[in-house]
Amino acid sequence: MKPVHQITHPFWLRLNHWINLIVVVIMVLSGWRIYNASPIFDFVFPKGITLGGWLGGALLWHFAAMWLLFLNGVMYLLLNIATGRFKARFYPLRPRDLIRDLIAALKGKLAHDTLTEYNAIQKLAYLFVIADVILLVMSGLVVWKPVQFPLLRELMGDYDSARIVHFFGMVALVLFFVVHVVMVALVPKTLILMIRGR
Amino acid sequence: MKDKLDKAVIVQEALKELPSSTRRLFLKRTLTLGGLSLLTGCTVTDEDSAERMLMKISRFNDNVQAWLFDPNKLAPTYPESMITKPFPFNAYYDIDKVPEVNGEEFKLEVSGLVADKHSWPLAELYQLPQTDQVTRHICVEGWSAIGKWGGVTFATFLKRIGADLTAKYVGFKCADDYYTSIDMPTALHAQTLLTFTYGGKTLPPEYGYPMKLRMPTKLGYKNPKHIVAIFVTNTYPGGYWEDKGYNWFGGV
Repeated sequence: MKPVHQITHPFWLRLNHWINLIVVVIMVLSGWRIYNASPIFDFVFPKGITLGGWLGGALLWHFAAMWLLFLNGVMYLLLNIATGRFKARFYPLRPRDLIRDLIAALKGKLAHDTLTEYNAIQKLAYLFVIADVILLVMSGLVVWKPVQFPLLRELMGDYDSARIVHFFGMVALVLFFVVHVVMVALVPKTLILMIRGR
Repeated sequence: MKDKLDKAVIVQEALKELPSSTRRLFLKRTLTLGGLSLLTGCTVTDEDSAERMLMKISRFNDNVQAWLFDPNKLAPTYPESMITKPFPFNAYYDIDKVPEVNGEEFKLEVSGLVADKHSWPLAELYQLPQTDQVTRHICVEGWSAIGKWGGVTFATFLKRIGADLTAKYVGFKCADDYYTSIDMPTALHAQTLLTFTYGGKTLPPEYGYPMKLRMPTKLGYKNPKHIVAIFVTNTYPGGYWEDKGYNWFGGV
């Protein structure tokens, strides 16, 4: 057993995390401005909280940051799998652990004291957001290039339904973001952990 | 070998094309986040370099799209029952500003890297082999609509005028002062049509009389209406919206 000051979050992961934060903020805020140009639903996002100023500017931001999102995401997955971190942190995720932790969370007694291990709800939440970003990339590819990616297009239904999938992928990501920030505020030492690594 | 676009030249041309007032407006709008600069302490100089960086990435995205573009991949076609009714009018001006073109006097100008530069009256264009297709028009704003356009395959027309098919660009000038340009591989795509009809009837003024270039492989703003002149060139011609910041390739 290594001493407690061991690095829980390696440098590459922390770098990856903070790049991802910047990228996600750019993607979501510019995405809102793009949405506003032709709203799917009966509302628009307040202009003041969007990025890009006008549609053309928002598109420039969105299609620039997408490369960083993609490369950063691929690096995250590759390094996680190659270093064995993925298995160590997320395996196993058993339904009974999940039920136990859900009940504990509802009672306000969810253990969050071992920073080196995720509880079942954390595992589920992080796996969910990874899957959600993959869904956002896939639906985004269809919205961007419905003709060049026919298989993905069929998978999403068609162009118009890919837009709806892309929208709700964003909603899920924003909900995760809000819960994630609230949890960090409740357990501030996790923030230190993501900065210093231990 | 796919059409390789000269990145540096395009960026230079694109920046040159922007009149300085438009450019200032563009970058201000681009970087404004609710009246605040995105990055605190961002000076005008930083905005300028941020804009240049974004434009460079947009040119990089042009190259990626040229590479992704498969000349043999067809856009989906739809049954006529799925046609959007009414098909939306869309332009950079309101419907009452639609240009009126006199079809009797009209002649399509052809210039640049072509063997035959004679101007084409509509009657002569109508004699070319005609075809039609029902495809989805996708606007850069996000909405889409299905319509039926008919005309001559653009590749047929380009071959007829003896165009240099190895040239980089085909440019368009329109009666409404709109202009745009496309890459040669897309110009030669089987579904790229120079259209004279909509829904089986002569293209009405609001949809681009006397002709519209219809490409289901590109976003709406790449599909020029009211075309009066076509030219083939190796010099980047830009476009109305492209010079304001929309991506040049604009492929779907």
